Amino acid sequence: MRWIWIDRFVEFHPGAKAVAIKNVSLAEEHLHDHWEPFPIMPVSLMIEGMAQTAGILVGQARDFKEKVILAKIAKAEINDIVTPGDQLTYQAEIVTIAPEAAVTHGTVLKNGTCIGVIDLMFSHIDQNLAGAKFPQENFVFTGQFTRLIAPFLEGGDG
Amino acid sequence: MPMTEMDVFAKVKETLVEALSVDDEEIKSDATLMGDLGAESIDFLDIVFRLEKAFNIKIPRGELFPDNILNNPQFVQNGKLTVVGLAQLKERMPHADFSLFEQDPDISKMAELFKVQTIVNYVLNKVNNG
Repeated sequence: MRWIWIDRFVEFHPGAKAVAIKNVSLAEEHLHDHWEPFPIMPVSLMIEGMAQTAGILVGQARDFKEKVILAKIAKAEINDIVTPGDQLTYQAEIVTIAPEAAVTHGTVLKNGTCIGVIDLMFSHIDQNLAGAKFPQENFVFTGQFTRLIAPFLEGGDG
Repeated sequence: MPMTEMDVFAKVKETLVEALSVDDEEIKSDATLMGDLGAESIDFLDIVFRLEKAFNIKIPRGELFPDNILNNPQFVQNGKLTVVGLAQLKERMPHADFSLFEQDPDISKMAELFKVQTIVNYVLNKVNNG
């Protein structure tokens, strides 16, 4: 299994907003452990899905030159369960972007209905105040992430 | 009309409640951000971003929470700020109360400079004097 928790972008407005969807399937291994008699999508993985949606938005805003790392979950409230067959939509907006970090606001929808909010903060780790050094290559944005937004950046409207 | 200290405190309180997920009553003037309110390094940046929005001000990096002090050997020796280091920090943080810290400028106690009142003083000056 690949560590990718969104299936497709449906909107991508560089530097401003991105919307991605995730179809939850009973074929996914983790659902059988969480829980066998009543499989539900873990909220932690919804946070990861939002982090990938918002993180790619933040990374693209600086042309993928920065290494964007999830630094803080400022708020995560999910008010409904999500089960196999449901479609999740992650809507992410950039609230603040600065040389050293970015803040995003996100809403989560289940089959088109809002079920929660996930607000995140990302660090551009090469700009960290402690002066720590990281490998030169951008290990955050590998091919699988950049391929997801390629249709939007090449075609203009997806 | 200039903002009063009470106005600023109320908004700073709101900002800290959101940024640090703490209760209203925990936000007191002399509460320290790290010791009492549990702030971590990334929270300082979050607080700066939120203050900029709440008060519609621009906070240059290092102005509210100075950087490049602790990693300068001229400013820190044997775990304490040197005379030059202390003078530098006081100059860069006119909004902080140094009365206790300067008696023993051990860097492990530096967190005590970062209190709720430190932020209130900074913002009050920023909104009223630019």
